[in-house]
Amino acid sequence: MLSLPPVQKLLRPKSVAGSDVAEEVTSPVLATEAGPPTCYSALRADELRPLAAPKDEVAASTGQPPRHDDLKEMLDSNKDSLKLEAMKRIVAMIARGKNASDLFPAVVKNVACKNIEVKKLVYVYLVRYAEEQQDLALLSISTFQRGLKDPNQLIRASALRVLSSIRVPIIVPIMMLAIKEAASDMSPYVRKTAAHAIPKLYSLDSDQKDQLIEVIEKLLADKTTLVAGSVVMAFEEVCPERIDLIHKNYRKLCNLLIDVEEWGQVVIINMLTRYARTQFLSPNQNESLLEESAEKAFYGSEEEDTKDAKAEAASLAKRKPYVMDPDHRLLLRNTKPLLQSRNAAVVMAVAQLYFHLAPKAEVGVIAKALVRLLRSHSEVQYVVLQNVATMSIKRRGMFEPYLKSFYIRSTDPTQIKILKLEVLTNLANETNISTILREFQTYIRSMDKDFVAATIQAIGRCATNIGKVRDTCLNGLVQLLSNRDELVVAESVVVIKKLLQMQPAQHSEIIKHMAKLTDNIQVPMARASILWLIGEYCEHVPKIAPDVLRKMAKSFTNEEDIVKLQVINLAAKLYLTNSKQSKLLTQYVLNLAKYDQNYDIRDRARFIRQLIVPTEKSGALNKYAKKLFLAQKPAPILESSFKDRDHFQLGSLSHLLNAKAVGYQELPDWPDEAPDPSVRNVEVPEWTKCTSREKRKEKVEKPFYSDSEGESGPTESADSEPESDSEESGSSSSSGTSSSSSDEEDEEEEEEEEEGSGEQSEDKEGEEEEEKRKKRKEKGGPWKASPGSVGSEEEEEAEGKKVKKAARPQGKKSHAETSSEEASASESSSSGSDSGTEAPTVVEAKRRKTPSSKAGPKEISLLDLDDFTPPPPQPVPSSSIISTSLVTDLEGLTLTDTSLAPALLSPAFGAVRTYELLHRMAGEGLSVEYCFSRRPFPGDPHMVAVQIQISNNTDAEVKSLRVSEPKLLAGMRIQEFPEIESLAPGDTASVVMGIDFCDSTQTANFQLCTHTRHFYVSIQPPVGELMAPVFMSENEFRKEQGKLTGMSEITEKLTLPEKCRSDHAIVQQVTSAANVGRVPCGADNEYRFAAKTVTSGSLVLITLEWREGAAAQLTVNSEKMVIGTMLVKDIIQALAQ
Amino acid sequence: MIHSLFLINASGDIFLEKHWKSVVSRSVCDYFFEAQERASEAENVPPVISTPHHYLLSVYRHKIFFVAVIQTEVPPLFVIEFLHRVVDTFQDYFGSTNVGDQLPTGQLSVVPWRRTGVKYTNNEAYFDVIEEIDAIIDKSGSTITAEIQGVIDACVKLTGMPDLTLSFMNPRLLDDVSFHPCVRFKRWESERILSFIPPDGNFRLLSYHVSAQNLVAIPVYVKHNINFRDSSSLGRFEITVGPKQTMGKTIEGVMVTSQMPKGVLNMSLTPSQGTHIFDPVTKLLTWDVGKINPQKLPSLKGSMNLQAGTSKPDENPTINLQFKIQQLAISGLKVNRLDMYGEKYKPFKGIKYMTKAGKFQVRT
Repeated sequence: MLSLPPVQKLLRPKSVAGSDVAEEVTSPVLATEAGPPTCYSALRADELRPLAAPKDEVAASTGQPPRHDDLKEMLDSNKDSLKLEAMKRIVAMIARGKNASDLFPAVVKNVACKNIEVKKLVYVYLVRYAEEQQDLALLSISTFQRGLKDPNQLIRASALRVLSSIRVPIIVPIMMLAIKEAASDMSPYVRKTAAHAIPKLYSLDSDQKDQLIEVIEKLLADKTTLVAGSVVMAFEEVCPERIDLIHKNYRKLCNLLIDVEEWGQVVIINMLTRYARTQFLSPNQNESLLEESAEKAFYGSEEEDTKDAKAEAASLAKRKPYVMDPDHRLLLRNTKPLLQSRNAAVVMAVAQLYFHLAPKAEVGVIAKALVRLLRSHSEVQYVVLQNVATMSIKRRGMFEPYLKSFYIRSTDPTQIKILKLEVLTNLANETNISTILREFQTYIRSMDKDFVAATIQAIGRCATNIGKVRDTCLNGLVQLLSNRDELVVAESVVVIKKLLQMQPAQHSEIIKHMAKLTDNIQVPMARASILWLIGEYCEHVPKIAPDVLRKMAKSFTNEEDIVKLQVINLAAKLYLTNSKQSKLLTQYVLNLAKYDQNYDIRDRARFIRQLIVPTEKSGALNKYAKKLFLAQKPAPILESSFKDRDHFQLGSLSHLLNAKAVGYQELPDWPDEAPDPSVRNVEVPEWTKCTSREKRKEKVEKPFYSDSEGESGPTESADSEPESDSEESGSSSSSGTSSSSSDEEDEEEEEEEEEGSGEQSEDKEGEEEEEKRKKRKEKGGPWKASPGSVGSEEEEEAEGKKVKKAARPQGKKSHAETSSEEASASESSSSGSDSGTEAPTVVEAKRRKTPSSKAGPKEISLLDLDDFTPPPPQPVPSSSIISTSLVTDLEGLTLTDTSLAPALLSPAFGAVRTYELLHRMAGEGLSVEYCFSRRPFPGDPHMVAVQIQISNNTDAEVKSLRVSEPKLLAGMRIQEFPEIESLAPGDTASVVMGIDFCDSTQTANFQLCTHTRHFYVSIQPPVGELMAPVFMSENEFRKEQGKLTGMSEITEKLTLPEKCRSDHAIVQQVTSAANVGRVPCGADNEYRFAAKTVTSGSLVLITLEWREGAAAQLTVNSEKMVIGTMLVKDIIQALAQ
Repeated sequence: MIHSLFLINASGDIFLEKHWKSVVSRSVCDYFFEAQERASEAENVPPVISTPHHYLLSVYRHKIFFVAVIQTEVPPLFVIEFLHRVVDTFQDYFGSTNVGDQLPTGQLSVVPWRRTGVKYTNNEAYFDVIEEIDAIIDKSGSTITAEIQGVIDACVKLTGMPDLTLSFMNPRLLDDVSFHPCVRFKRWESERILSFIPPDGNFRLLSYHVSAQNLVAIPVYVKHNINFRDSSSLGRFEITVGPKQTMGKTIEGVMVTSQMPKGVLNMSLTPSQGTHIFDPVTKLLTWDVGKINPQKLPSLKGSMNLQAGTSKPDENPTINLQFKIQQLAISGLKVNRLDMYGEKYKPFKGIKYMTKAGKFQVRT
């Protein structure tokens, strides 16, 4: 278990509380002082408070005078058991918050008690009350001073601990002396305690700082892992500004880090983060130069932070190549493995270190570890998510692959849901937005209404950030206006208001719709928002606005204050734009407001009246009233509350609170010029100059603390040989006696089984003899013949299981024994003593036989493969991407209008558009074109087949043409075409490659390489190529369409040009724009098409309704909203041509 | 660092306090109680609360709040993780029957996590590989996200200072792991072998995570038909649970819970097996299914009584599933061998596998 002194101290009172009767004499405190304490026990004494008031309160509340005569009597007795019992009860009282201060004299007498148990409890009491009874406490000091000289290191340490914890200012000089002495104690444990005492003394008397810094300097030079964490803690508390003290110890701290106890690691890592920020140069200054441009093109809309821009400018000016300081690298390298710590605080500390210090390209490693922490307790989740939220704004790409880990469960606590929502929103980009919006749609139906409200806001933010989906989101939100839950409606109104502000002109329909809502919505904020909208855009709704004002005037007196203010606002705006209709209403409203109870409203009414109603006195302002009220207002920016929070060191309390906490150390900005790196150089003598004591200590520690220096010791070297090595190494390592021959080895192995079963029966003996023979035979083989003989039961068990498994398919159900391997092991060994049970022996025999028959290494490995349970296959998503030919076949069967069939055929094979991949000029004679063949890509149905035609226009042979270094967004995949070995001058080659675009129109970037040159090329698919036709009946189509309504439906009106007014032309154009299949339709002025997206298999349904003349309406239903939106655009464009 | 610690029980009594520095009055907890009142449920109390002079960091476990009082900047996870360890220790300590004489008598050992002089007459080492599947299944039955959270818990009772190595048939699966401090990082990095001197007794050797990016087998499916009708005050309710990708193992300990919408007044259901309860107050439906027999799939059918006069609820309930599968690690992880060095005796070794449902939700 852990060694947690404070915890165990805590345990005591509780265990005592549980046993009020003196039945339990054994004390649970033995371990208290023993375990190496960790830095959290280095608690800093608070500044002295006046004698605590609470004790009186407590005494009063308990209602009885604090008289503890019985306890005093017990403490005065000669029997240790009585004393112990008394102390237990007293400590229990303290733990429950009862006042026990009147017992001080009786307790303090026992400080010199020989019984260690009693002594420890007395210490606990002293630490609690010494501060209040300083004079009496002084009586105990001499005991501690004696303790400091005790030969036992544990006693020395505990004396120092208590001495430094009792917070009696008079003993400051004694403490100082004790700390100094302990800092050069031969026991590292005592030195660690000295480090703990430093902050305590400092908080008691800050004048001691200079002397304490000397001690810290000395302890920083300590080379034991035990001391490192504690002294850095002391450093942070006493003199965090003395960064110079770290220089000489920097490399040592980096190297020790992995072996320091976990709490110490957190403190050291946080301190080193700050240190590195002062000593090294930003690793991203030059990278930003190289990468930024590429990345910008890649992510398009991603906003780059100003800091990077600054760095870029700076580096542009300097153009000095950046080389990372080896010490900087050392820190990054040595902290990385700690991402695998079980301690969430350590993982977080490393994560923040990487975030603040690592080159951009390396930061990604922390994402996985942070996502892993999300499975922990909800408090841990809460903190981690806050940090992920901040990180995901700056480095979105890092968490994108883990998008799904942030999906919300209905059982998550609301505060976790809201944080996850924040992260999901931050991660949204053009590629994944449709997935995210679909997920949001399920959230909107949650029973947790706070969460629903937050989701609506999140949709609003996605809509502002990603222009492509703005209309879709807006439509979805408008639909929510008819939701039954008022909160949902209200929240939607507020968000819609913000969205409309961005492009009000196009949305007068929505504004009208919202105007109607004033009759129903009661939530004040929503009402206020609607009124503001109507007022602001009253010219878009000239008829409705005055009517709304009329209604509001009626209900004015019953409205909430914010609504009243907006009514006044609306009245004023209408008065200015449409005074004919609203003059009287406005005056009425202003009169009502004039006598309102709320002075804000009276005030506003007065102000507005003066401003808008022209009188002789109103003066110049009146002229500008319209300008004042109806000025263009900037659209609100919906941004994350976590934006720019990273100016606080991540993982800190200040970051979490978004406010500077007491004692927070600012994270410095990178220096422009690196300070002298030689300060960290350590002279060699200093490294080796350690006292004999330390040498001894380190020698002992070696096997456990020196992983970095390679494994040492015979055992290690034996087993470090590869597993598949010869039989000998296996046996020698497991037997522990390397000299034993393989036969002896067998003996031993059998004995081991005997031990396991406890006894050995005669029957088994013979059987085993036989087995041994077999094994010996096996050993003749070149390969590690039988894993059983290697001497590990484990192996045998595994083997046994293999056999069993292999046997099962053949119908030989061995016997009932199938539970766990543990069971199988114990059963098979014990069954020997059962003398005669058939089944186990059969199994055992088989267990040995089977491997023997597998002689060659090949077979063994095959067996292994058999046994290796591959990750079970995912249920194949019912991909109904049918090959085009099949579609046409089927269509031929059912289509009513057979004359259309050829039209359907043609786009796939006829009117194929080709695109240029590499121009002849750019390719230095090599020209490459591509087209989407619309055939299923062989081998992977999730890939879009891209046919590539390469022509060699040079006069030399082009060799080894291939694709390399694809630079793809997360999730995208490329199946390269096979390398073309050579292409003669004038020749043309045609190859097919597959690209999984992840149902997005993001470009796939890659290099086209020849034996001499590399060309950067990219393929961006038209949205229509991301799908494959699917056949369905009219009924199916209707049914599916019914499921894809709401946000998944996009409708657009269009006018068909002259030449596009025939059945044939329409079908031709639609199918050329998108790889879709026609669906039969009863009505003759309607055209339906269906397809599924290639990657996810989401349905895309297209309906084109041709009304009279040129008017037509196009509807696309797809849960992939982005695809739907883009498809509508493409089809309309195709039809317009 | 932590100033004081208060333990607060479900009824809001501070029943234990401990101060490491000058005493902080209990009244500081009033801020906590305020926050508790604002949060409707215990789990929604913010773990970090800022008060004028202190910061309160708390964890909630076993219906007890552990509230730490902080005065200066400290990494919040440092405190939270520590508090959880405190709770773990309490659990360990009070959970065991032999309170009092079994506390570790920790000497200053060179291996901080293992005391010296350990002696056993029966030397044994057991390892349990336990995997939990976290999944969200959408209404059509396809997996939205699924990941595996695995642990290897050990109970090692070995004399002396044994040095163990544990190797896996398929260590590639373990690409996202966290270790007990006893595990040698470097050895894992280079050879994918767990090499360690174990602590004495029970401990968690390693936990691992198979992320949503990998394919995770889903061993069960739920067929559901939950219908609220607009016009009638009766709704249909039907669920069937069945096995899927179980590698031939039996699914047991199946338990279905679902939070029904507020509009559901009562439910009259008939299970084909197991027992079910619907609590009309909390609207929680619990169906204890037990084992799944693939020949006769368990189902729960019947009707829901809805509040008359109100329109149908617009949300459908989520179904939460629990289950257990013995002798199976669903990720396919398999221990290859366990070897011991440093001591002469032959220990008894055992490995057990188990797969459980973690946070397993089916959206309807």
